[in-house]
Amino acid sequence: MRRAPDIAALRARFGAAIERHAVSCGDEIVWLTNDRAHEILAWLKADQGYAYLVDITAVEYRDPELPLEVVWFVRNLTTIQDLRCKVSLDPTAPLAVDSVVDLWHGADWLEREVFDMFGVTFRGHPDLRRLLMWETYHEGYPLRKAFPLRGHFSRGEQTRQALAANPEAHYSIEELSIAEAFDDLPEEMRQRLAHGERGNV
Amino acid sequence: MATRTIEMQLQTPGLDAQGRVQMSPLGLERIEREADDLHAEHMLINIGPQHPATHGVLRLVIELDGERVIRVIPHIGYLHSGFEKLGEYRHYNQIIPLTDRTDYLSPMANNVGLALAAEKLMGITVTERCAVLRVIACELSRIISHLVWLGTTGIDLGAMTPFLWSFQQRERVYNLQESWTGARLTTSVTRVGGMMADIPDGWEAGLRDFTRTFTKTLDEVDTMFTKNAIWIGRTQGVGVMTKAEAIDYSLSGPMLRASGVAWDLRKDMPYLGYETYDFDVPVGEHGDIYDRYLVRLEEMYQSTRILDQTLDRLEKLKGAPINVDDPRVILPPKSRAMSDMEAMIFHFKQVMEGVTAPAGEAYLAIENPKGELGYYFVSDGTAKPVRWRIRPPSLINLAALPKMCEGALLSDVIAINASVDIVMGEIDR
Repeated sequence: MRRAPDIAALRARFGAAIERHAVSCGDEIVWLTNDRAHEILAWLKADQGYAYLVDITAVEYRDPELPLEVVWFVRNLTTIQDLRCKVSLDPTAPLAVDSVVDLWHGADWLEREVFDMFGVTFRGHPDLRRLLMWETYHEGYPLRKAFPLRGHFSRGEQTRQALAANPEAHYSIEELSIAEAFDDLPEEMRQRLAHGERGNV
Repeated sequence: MATRTIEMQLQTPGLDAQGRVQMSPLGLERIEREADDLHAEHMLINIGPQHPATHGVLRLVIELDGERVIRVIPHIGYLHSGFEKLGEYRHYNQIIPLTDRTDYLSPMANNVGLALAAEKLMGITVTERCAVLRVIACELSRIISHLVWLGTTGIDLGAMTPFLWSFQQRERVYNLQESWTGARLTTSVTRVGGMMADIPDGWEAGLRDFTRTFTKTLDEVDTMFTKNAIWIGRTQGVGVMTKAEAIDYSLSGPMLRASGVAWDLRKDMPYLGYETYDFDVPVGEHGDIYDRYLVRLEEMYQSTRILDQTLDRLEKLKGAPINVDDPRVILPPKSRAMSDMEAMIFHFKQVMEGVTAPAGEAYLAIENPKGELGYYFVSDGTAKPVRWRIRPPSLINLAALPKMCEGALLSDVIAINASVDIVMGEIDR
């Protein structure tokens, strides 16, 4: 059966780094300070047996006064305990937290998705690229509350961009270099790619 | 790179003026070219997004050394529909149709998961009959999803016939689904606090007939695959994830269990009264494609066992209510809404404002055919969630694909990708 996580042990060890603890609908939630979040998650994994990372996501509230939260769901598979850890960020400032890819490989794509959808930077992530949206997408971060449901660009603008697509931009520079295809491109296209301009795909 | 000289004597036969055969040299007597150092040159191969073996619109860019995979770079997002964003603009009951379209191979199970998550947020416990009906929905979904997996994986590895068997059986479930919900794919069978509809009269007989005869097909598949030399050769020891790696990569569902981790949410974090059903959870030990096949095959037998038990319970619960007795979340019957003032007000409020949830948040995960499907709701006290997060099991399972393909052959990539059991609607959402 499920057991409640040991919040007292967390508080005893990290003190003020545990900002808040709450229970919502039976789920245990702790708020961590941003600078020690990685350290606490590492301790939870190594010492408390929270070996399984369930999910990483972020929440932005409709109330602009409330902070944007990055959420880690961790689980202890032997004692069957779930714990949700959160870090509050100021949505008007640049958003950044430490990456946990060094603790869980499963965090790789999940962090990329949060970056893609919310624009949160994960410091130390080995390959922080957009996951679902394409690399040259520049309308913003779709799951932010300031992002309108239909997107910033009109349907006409989206069509125009799709028609102006540069087919080589389907491949990254890295992939083109594996295939040694970069040299085969026309000079003008190489110039554009070298300048980081990938066209609109 | 070494320079190699190749001497060639190429001649073409022809006739001279006297009609005698004459061989004339082709002109290229000596060809000087750089020798191909086969290991120095890597090849880039692109599979997808439109390719039958990628099960949808997955695109894999593969770096090859000869036929050996150096690395795999998956590209996803071709089916991104912004469901999570859309959910923030919908009432809780209006989100249910969106879940049909995420993992479209097991729509009824997604509906159940969403309703359970919303009910957890609102503190609602469903009726006994509703719970049994939802278990039926979940297990039927597990069977049809695994049947698709079995058939398509068989095709990917060159076995056409099991695909036809499994799709025949799947058709029977789809007919049951259609007579219950009116739709074959977009079922939307649950509502917050209950079900969209009770099963029609005589439906149990159809399900009983299905569970009685369905396992014969599984036996046939078992005969066809389990001791088949080609199947074993293509699957055993391929795409191995050890126990530690499976946990490290957050795998879930059959992928996790095939690696030897005995973790099933139905047993470990029971919902819908799964703890009262008698069933076993198959666990593999090698974490390769073959064990994933065995786990999924056995899960279908176990789902049939659960379905048999639900049928016995349904008989005892004949005529019991399927919806909770709570006018906040369940629409009153139309006849009462037209004649009773109070019922009409509840009807109006629910249709116009939607079902409100108290401020707070809830995460609820169910054991879906693909793995742990979690729905995370954050509410600010209004009728629309602030955040609706889907924890997509196939996305997280697919993220381990580059790891599983390390050092494999190109043909193994197809087999490994098939073994993950992906559905792009859910990965891209």
